[in-house]
Amino acid sequence: MAADRIFGLVALITAVAYLAAATQIQTNMFSGEFLPKLFPYMIGTVAAICALFMVFKPDPDPEWPVKGTWVNMALAVLVLAVYAVMLTPLGFILPTIFAAGILSYQISPRLVPAALSGLGLSLGLFVLFKYALGLGNIVAYRVPTPAKLWDAISILIPFVGH
Amino acid sequence: MDILSNLALGFGVALSPYTLFLAVCGCFLGTIIGALPGLGPSNGVAILIPITFTLGLDATSALVLMTSVYYGAMYGGRISSILLNIPGDEPALMTTLDGYPMAKQGRAGDALVLSGVASFVGAFLATIGLMLLAPSLARVAFLFGPAEYFALYLLAFCTLGGMASNNQAKAALAACIGLGIATIGVDSSSGLPRLTGGNLHLFDGIDFLVAIVGLFAIAEIFFFIESHGAGSSIGVKLDKVRVPLRDIWSTKWTMLRASGVGFIAGILPGAGASLGSFLAYMSEKSIAGDKGGFGTGVPKGVAAPEAGNNAAAGGALVPMLTLGVPGSGTTAVLLALLMTLNITPGPTLFSDRPEVVWGLIASLLIANVVLLLMNVPMVKIFVKVLMVPAWILLPGVTMISFVGIYSLSGSYFDLLLMVGFGVLGYFLRKLDIPTVPVILGILLGGNMEDALRRAMTLSDGDAMYLFSSPIAIGLWIAAIAGFVAPMFLRGLLKKPQAITD
Repeated sequence: MAADRIFGLVALITAVAYLAAATQIQTNMFSGEFLPKLFPYMIGTVAAICALFMVFKPDPDPEWPVKGTWVNMALAVLVLAVYAVMLTPLGFILPTIFAAGILSYQISPRLVPAALSGLGLSLGLFVLFKYALGLGNIVAYRVPTPAKLWDAISILIPFVGH
Repeated sequence: MDILSNLALGFGVALSPYTLFLAVCGCFLGTIIGALPGLGPSNGVAILIPITFTLGLDATSALVLMTSVYYGAMYGGRISSILLNIPGDEPALMTTLDGYPMAKQGRAGDALVLSGVASFVGAFLATIGLMLLAPSLARVAFLFGPAEYFALYLLAFCTLGGMASNNQAKAALAACIGLGIATIGVDSSSGLPRLTGGNLHLFDGIDFLVAIVGLFAIAEIFFFIESHGAGSSIGVKLDKVRVPLRDIWSTKWTMLRASGVGFIAGILPGAGASLGSFLAYMSEKSIAGDKGGFGTGVPKGVAAPEAGNNAAAGGALVPMLTLGVPGSGTTAVLLALLMTLNITPGPTLFSDRPEVVWGLIASLLIANVVLLLMNVPMVKIFVKVLMVPAWILLPGVTMISFVGIYSLSGSYFDLLLMVGFGVLGYFLRKLDIPTVPVILGILLGGNMEDALRRAMTLSDGDAMYLFSSPIAIGLWIAAIAGFVAPMFLRGLLKKPQAITD
């Protein structure tokens, strides 16, 4: 019940914000005044109606994970986000060892197998991508300057990054 | 004998040693992808698209490779259904009903071979049907104007929402999420950015591959963290594998009927393979009656859903190729592949680029034969693959997804967006909101809006133009019926629950 209502409410707010943004769409003489706005208006309206349905006619709640699992999943999101920004300044191998190792540990919490699978996946996939498939923009490692490293991390901090 | 000459053209394109090699690779990879629990055809094809793209294969080779993966994954889905009672993807759910009991009786090998043959029959007949039906449907599609196309896209969303979900509002909301994402970016007619919030990264719009890989593949890792990788160990032992000729012969009519049912279900836009295997199983169950013993591990119960599922996968290609409207989640991903290769599906595809269409059809036939030859003797190897533990598999899949998307654009922004879509996918699936309409919305949003705009420009803003032709009215009625009818039929069409130990 509660989950659907909360999601419905979030969806409703998003739909209203989307509609508000749609009224601000810039137009010019090529596009006419109305056509670029028409489709967004339609989508926003349908989405708002559906969101209201979810608020007033919610389904039973799904089985949510326990508290510790939430922490784990939030950590996984953080790891993936850091991995995403580190792939360019540090190259492929080092970030992948950590990211794959941590994810592996989270699925099955045993230290040595997780570390080995991180190492194995990183090196194995690098050889596969670089030499077997020949993907061009994968670089084994880079030594970044501290400024570059900070640049990459700051992307993830709201209002600091760009 | 138009078809035969076209087919000859197709085989001329698809039957070189190199493409055959690609077909074998694709089938092998696809079967593995389908067999691994948590990695269905949609995920598998989605992860491989960016990599295929960066490999720089030409259109035909890429198509052969990916359709082989697609068909292979449909085949592979049955392996985990039968041995582990875990469907590798949604359409394979019906196979667990009789496949797993059969495996528990010690007939796992028989069930695997029988279902492989049934898959072959279904897919083969569906490919024939595709050859016969698609060209004539393509001719009809020439009559479609913007009003008809708008109604057709609506029909796809409505039937998809109606059939694939338990809650109409949620399915429609999912479609709106996708369509809303599709509107982000530089507007095609004014050349000005829309709904980007001033973010430069969003001016190009959101790449559908980023959304697909995020929603399908990255979301999966959260489910595995939640369950700690439970349910990935082997359930039933597989002994000697031999060909159960008697079972195959006794289920021949079942296979044929199920293929027909599945093919028709696949053609309906938005309905797809799940409906195909469901209808095939249910109709065979009612034909067999109570004495048939469906649900206790009978060969017919294994053959019917597999033939239906694979026939539907072929049938789903009919609307996808002729109209550009995919019939299922996986065909939506295949549509994404065509769009990355700069091939626009639709009626003109058949007249302008026959070598692509018929090459694709020929490669489907090739993939089918390769899969049958590969699956019967090599089934033991695929069963071994099931033993790869989740704690190696899932991090590996995640890293492959990252590399794929990274090699497309080299931008951290797309990677972060992909992680965001992964989180979104987790919550959507938890709340029973289907993710396929989101994908379909992102893929088709641009075309749907174009159709609407052209209709409005032609009619000078008269909304009644959308209902101005018999075809358009028929599509609108079908769309509304497809959306509303399942609400009343839900009691009737209740899915049987998977058996538990």
